[in-house]
Parts: sequence; structure tokens; C-alpha cells
Amino acid sequence: MGDLFVLAISCIFINNILLAQFLGNCPFLGTSKKMETAVGMAMAVVFVLVMAGIITWIVDAYLLKGLNVEYLRTVSFILVIASLVQFVEMFLKKSIPALYAGLGIFLPLITTNCAVMGVCLINIKEEYTFLETVVSSFAYAVGFGLALILFAGVRERISLARVPKPLQDTSIGLVTAGIIALTFMSFKGMV
Amino acid sequence: MAQSLAKEFTKGLWAEIPPFRLVLGLCPVLAVTKSVENGIGMGVATTFVLVFSNLLISLLRNVIPSKVRIACFIVIIATFVTIVELVMQAYTYELFLKLGIFIPLIVVNCIVLGRAEAFASKNSPVLSVADGLGIGIGFTLSLAALGAVRELLGNGTITIWGGTPVFEMGANFLPFQFMIEAPGAFVGLGLMLCLMNLIGKK
Repeated sequence: MGDLFVLAISCIFINNILLAQFLGNCPFLGTSKKMETAVGMAMAVVFVLVMAGIITWIVDAYLLKGLNVEYLRTVSFILVIASLVQFVEMFLKKSIPALYAGLGIFLPLITTNCAVMGVCLINIKEEYTFLETVVSSFAYAVGFGLALILFAGVRERISLARVPKPLQDTSIGLVTAGIIALTFMSFKGMV
Repeated sequence: MAQSLAKEFTKGLWAEIPPFRLVLGLCPVLAVTKSVENGIGMGVATTFVLVFSNLLISLLRNVIPSKVRIACFIVIIATFVTIVELVMQAYTYELFLKLGIFIPLIVVNCIVLGRAEAFASKNSPVLSVADGLGIGIGFTLSLAALGAVRELLGNGTITIWGGTPVFEMGANFLPFQFMIEAPGAFVGLGLMLCLMNLIGKK
């Protein structure tokens, strides 16, 4: 139990998916201009990432390793993620319309969010057990949401500030992200 | 014909150079640019995938039904990424280890899918190859440039290929550790983007 807690803390803070591993930076910069979209994206990622982590782990352990075709990992993972996203979208639309209205436009974007694919590959590379995979997928997703929401808060304030012209928009966004990454570096050595 | 070919090729080198003008595919840009060598390796791998997936998608553009086109594009791209992965594992094993999961992640690099959707699915194979090559070389140059800045400031060296540095700062140089770490990537890219804006705007 203690091990799993340490794993979760290290996935959320120390190896933060956005700020330390550099995965999922396109939605990080793209959906962080407004708090609302940031929260929507964060929720959609938590939802999909946990499911994708579990399913790809099962596919890898029983299908790819069983048939000895590990070189098909990239192709099969992307297919699993793409169809999962499509399936989740249809399921939500039918059964939980309220949640669908909230997540709606962010779901299709997730297919090309490299955080999802990245975490699935990390889980396999680190040879996590099934339980560890569940914990790490959830913790990485929470870390993604945390960094995204923090960043959106800062960015909303920046939009009111007078930024020099060449630095505007993405440029100042990246510099700000760098400073947030610097604060996350201070978690190093905590575990 | 030759003129438009040259136009499609050169636009990737300045007018639409990723990731500066097209802010896409940032993850590998930030993650692998700890040294020039890694940057070039990643850039070449991405260029290969871009050129061949553009070619194949352009050849198949009238066959692929438009409703499932994204899924088809992704399968084509994933195939070429797998080829790159296996080739790099066989011939450049050290670089393969350094780039790690970012090689399979070329599949979800938005630049590749973006070019397939925006260009290759609408244009002839020859133009699509020129477009892929231009964007790919532009991407490689950007990665190498950011890698050079970070490696020079963070480590005091410049390594182009094979692990031996071609340039070293004097013994009095104190490495600026921050640039090699994660925050340096964000700040470095942000400031380079600012520089591009300064030069580009008339």
C-alpha cells in the first residue's frame, strides 16, 4: 500500500507528465487560455487516461506478449486509444448527456494527446504490475490536470497584463510554463 | 510545376517552420533537445515519417473514404513509425535509447497528422513529398537550434554526431544547469519564439 502511495506522489509531482516528462504539451498550451476549457480538458484526460492505461496493459500482457508480436505495440496502442475515445464519446452521448456536454469537444482532441499514449508506453517500459498501472495512470492524469489548471489560472492573469509585442501569446506562455516547471523541480528528492 | 514545387519545399524552412510558426508537435521539441545530436536524430526520424506518410496518403487520397480518414492516416503513420523504430534499434542503438519513448510517440506528433490532413490529402504525390521534406527539414533545423542553445549554455559543449563534442567552452565556463533541466526547455523555446517574432515582423 505504501509503495503505491509513493508511486502516486512521484507520478503527480516529481515526474509530472507535463512539466518533467514533456508529454501532452499541445493541449497544455492550446486549452489553457480559459479556466473553463482547462477544467474540461483535465477531466476528459483523467477519464480517458485511466481507461486507456488499463486496456493497453491488458492488450500488451495477453495479446502482444502472448503472440510474441511486441513490435506491433505502437500500431495497436494507437488503435486502442483511438477506438476507445470514439467509444467513450458515443457512450457518453447516449447515457450521460450532461457529462458529454461538458467534455464533448475535448474528447476527440485526446486521440492525438501524447500524454495518453506516453503514459501507456511508460507503464509498459517500467514493467508495472496491473495495480501499479491503475495507480500510475490515475496519478499521471491528476498531475496533468493539476499543472493545466494552475497554468490556466496564471494565464488568465497574464491576459490582463501588458506584454511586449514579440513576447505575446505562446511565447510568454512558454516562459511562464518554464517558471511553473521550476517550482515543480523543488519536489525532487521528496520521495 | 517546378516553381510550385520549390514553393512548397521552401515554405517549411521559414514561412511555416514548425514548431515556431506552426505551434504543433511541441513535446519532442522540449524533451529531446538536451543536445544537438538528439535534436538532429529526432528531426531525421520525423522527416522520414513525414515524407513517406505524405506520399502514401497522397497516393491513396481518392481511395480513403472521408469519414474514416483520420483513422486511416493514423494507421499509415504508425506503420512508418514502427519502421523507423526498428531501423534505429538496429543501427543507432545509443540514440534509440536516448530518445526513448519519443520515437513511438511520433505517431501522435500533431505535425505529421496535421500535414496529412491539411496537405497530403488534397495534393498530388510529388507536391506532398516536397511539403513533407520541407517541413521535416525545418523541424530538424529548429530542434538542432534549440538543442545548440541548451547544450552550449547547460553543458558547455556542442555535439553534432557520434558523442564527441566538436566545440567546447574554456575551463572557466560554469555550466548553466537550468538550461538542461525541464524549465530551460520551456524558457529557451519561449525566448526563441520571441526572437522569431522580432525578426519576422516588419
